[in-house]
Amino acid sequence: MSTASQATPRLAPGRAGVKKELPDRFKDYRHVWVFLELERGNVHPVSFELLGEGRKLADKLEVQLAGVVLGPPGEMVEDAVAEAFAYGADLVYIVDAPPLADYRNEPFAKALTDLVNTHKPEILLLGATTLGRDLAGSVATTLQTGLTADCTELDVDSDGSLAATRPTFGGSLLCTIYTLNYRPQMATVRPRVMPMPQRVDKPVGRVMRHKLSLVEDDIVTKVLGFLPDNQSAMANLAYADVVVAGGLGLGAAENLQLVKNLARAIGAEHGCSRPLVQKGWMPADRQIGQTGKTIRPKLYIAAGISGAIQHRVGVEGADLIVAINTDPNAPIFEFAHLGIVTDAIRFLPALTEAFTRRLSPHSRDKLAS
Amino acid sequence: MHIVICIKQVPDSAQIRVHPVTNTIMRQGVPTIINPYDLFALEEALKLRDVHGGEVTVLTMGPPMAEDSLRKALGYGADRAVLLTDRYFAGSDTLATSFALSQAIAKIGETFGRPDIVFTGKQTIDGDTAQVGPGIAKRLNLSQLTYVAKIASIDLKTREIEVARRAEGGTQLLKSRLPCLITMLEDTNEIRRGSLQQALCAARSQVVKWTAADAGIDDLTRCGLRGSPTVVKRVFAPTARAESATQIDTAEKGLQDIADELIADILTRRPALEHELAFNSGT
Repeated sequence: MSTASQATPRLAPGRAGVKKELPDRFKDYRHVWVFLELERGNVHPVSFELLGEGRKLADKLEVQLAGVVLGPPGEMVEDAVAEAFAYGADLVYIVDAPPLADYRNEPFAKALTDLVNTHKPEILLLGATTLGRDLAGSVATTLQTGLTADCTELDVDSDGSLAATRPTFGGSLLCTIYTLNYRPQMATVRPRVMPMPQRVDKPVGRVMRHKLSLVEDDIVTKVLGFLPDNQSAMANLAYADVVVAGGLGLGAAENLQLVKNLARAIGAEHGCSRPLVQKGWMPADRQIGQTGKTIRPKLYIAAGISGAIQHRVGVEGADLIVAINTDPNAPIFEFAHLGIVTDAIRFLPALTEAFTRRLSPHSRDKLAS
Repeated sequence: MHIVICIKQVPDSAQIRVHPVTNTIMRQGVPTIINPYDLFALEEALKLRDVHGGEVTVLTMGPPMAEDSLRKALGYGADRAVLLTDRYFAGSDTLATSFALSQAIAKIGETFGRPDIVFTGKQTIDGDTAQVGPGIAKRLNLSQLTYVAKIASIDLKTREIEVARRAEGGTQLLKSRLPCLITMLEDTNEIRRGSLQQALCAARSQVVKWTAADAGIDDLTRCGLRGSPTVVKRVFAPTARAESATQIDTAEKGLQDIADELIADILTRRPALEHELAFNSGT
C-alpha cells in the first residue's frame, strides 16, 4: 500500500501531517457527484466541464459519477438529464418540484442537502458561478464539511482523498487543500477553468427521482422577476476566441483606449487585469483572472500585464499567449508563448495598424495571388 | 434599525511580493486595508441607517491589529465596533470563521439589539472564497441574499425587503423578509468621506473587544484549526513552463517592423487565425 506522504512531498508547516482516520460515520460515503446548474432552461457549460473532471476522479477512485439535477417538473429537467449522460454521468439524481423553477437558496440548499444525506457522495463538485457559490456555501455549512472555492486543479491522492488546488495569498502562490475527516469533500470550479469534454450521445441510464421536502409556503424568498442581460452590451469574455487585455503598464485609464482599438481591429473582446478594476479604470465584468473571468481564447494579447498567478490561472487555457511588457523579467514571459519587451503604450497603435493592413481585403488579395 | 456589517482586514494585495528565490510571501511591511469589497457593504449599511434611522455595528475577527480597520470604519460613520480576537481563532477556515462570527453576531444581538440586516462584502481579496456570508446566513437562519446589486425597498413594518441580485445572465428581483444577510456586489455605490467630527469620534470611541468566551463561544473545538474541516497541505509556486516566451528581437527595429514580425509569428503558429481575425474584424 502506498502512503499519503508519498503524494505530498512538501508539507506546509502547522497544518501538516494532520492525518487522522476517517470517522466511521463517513466510511460509506462513496461516488463523485456533479451539480448541474440549470437556470432559465439551459445547463450552464461549467456543469459539463465539471462532468469531464468528475469522470476522471471517478475513474481513478473506481466509483460512479453521478449528476444532480434540480428544477421544475418537465422537459427542462429531462433535457438536462440527457445531457448529463452525454457528458459522462453513470447515473443522475433528480429533484423536480415547482419551487425549483427559479434559483433560490432555500429550496435548492434543502434539496441538495437532503440528497447528500440520503445517498452519501464522497466528492461533490459545483460551478463557481453566482448560483453555485451561493448554494455551495450554505450546503457545506449545513453539512459541516470542507468546501474549497475556485479550484484550478482537482486530483485524487494515493489514499483516495480529494486534492483540491487553488491560488492563495491573493493569487501569488498555489495551495493544495484536503478535507480529511469530513464528507463529502466539496469544491467549486470557475467556468472555463477545465476543458470542455467531448459530448457523446448516449441512452439515458439510471435515474433516481426524489421529492422536495418543502412546499412554496415554507419558502420566505419569492422571485418577482428576472431581467436578462443585454447581450450586446455585456462582455462575453469567457467564451471569446480572441482577447486583448491591458494592465498597470498602460499607466493611465485613458490608455485603455489603445487596447479597445486593437480589439476592435481584430474583432476581439477586451479585458484587463485586477488592479485596473480596483482603480476603477474598467468595470468588474471585464476583469480577467482568478477573481474575474477565466478565458480560453485561441489568441490572447496581454499588454502591460506583469502576470501574477492570479492573472495566470485565468489565461493559461489560451492556445497562444502574446505578452507585451517593458520588464524583461515580468512573470508573464514565463507562460506566454510570444513576448516583446517594449512599451505597450507605443507598441499597441503600431500593432493595430499592422493588423489592419494585414487583414484588409486588398492585402489578402495580394497574398492570395 | 440595527445593522451589523462584517469586515476583514486584509493585506493590500497590490503590494504583496513573492521572494524570488524562496517563493515565500514577503509579508513584512505590507500595509493592511479594509477588504475593498466590504466598503460597498459598509456604504450600503450607512445609507440605510441614514434613511431608516438606527445603528450600524461593524464587526471583525482577527488579530489585535485589526482594530485599525474598525477605527477606519468608525471614521466612515459606523456607530459601534466589535473586535473578536482570540488565539483560539487562529487557522480558521471559512466554516470555523462563519461559526465564530455568527456566535458574535448573536451576542451583539443580545447586547445591543437584534440586527435586522447582516452585511458582508461579496468576498475578500485574500481568500476569495465568498463562503463566509452564506455560512453566517445558514447558522443564524437569515434569508440569504448574495450578490445584491441594489436594495429596492425595505418596509420595517411588514419586515419585507426587495432586492436586485446578480445572477448568471441577468438580474433576479427577489422579495424576502428581515432579518436577512446581504452580500453586496462591487461597484454598487461609493464609500463616503467621513466627516471631521466622525474622525474625531472614531479616534476617541472605544472598540469593544471580545474573546471567544466573551462572545459566548463555549465549544472551542469548533474554532480555529480544530474547527476547520479543510487542511492546507501544500503551498507552492507554480512550476515554470518548460520554455518561456520566444522573445521577438526589438533591437534597431521600427515599431511597425516589430508589429509585422509579431503578426507573422502569430499566424505561423496558428494559421487558422488569419481567416478568423479577418472575418471578425468585418473587413
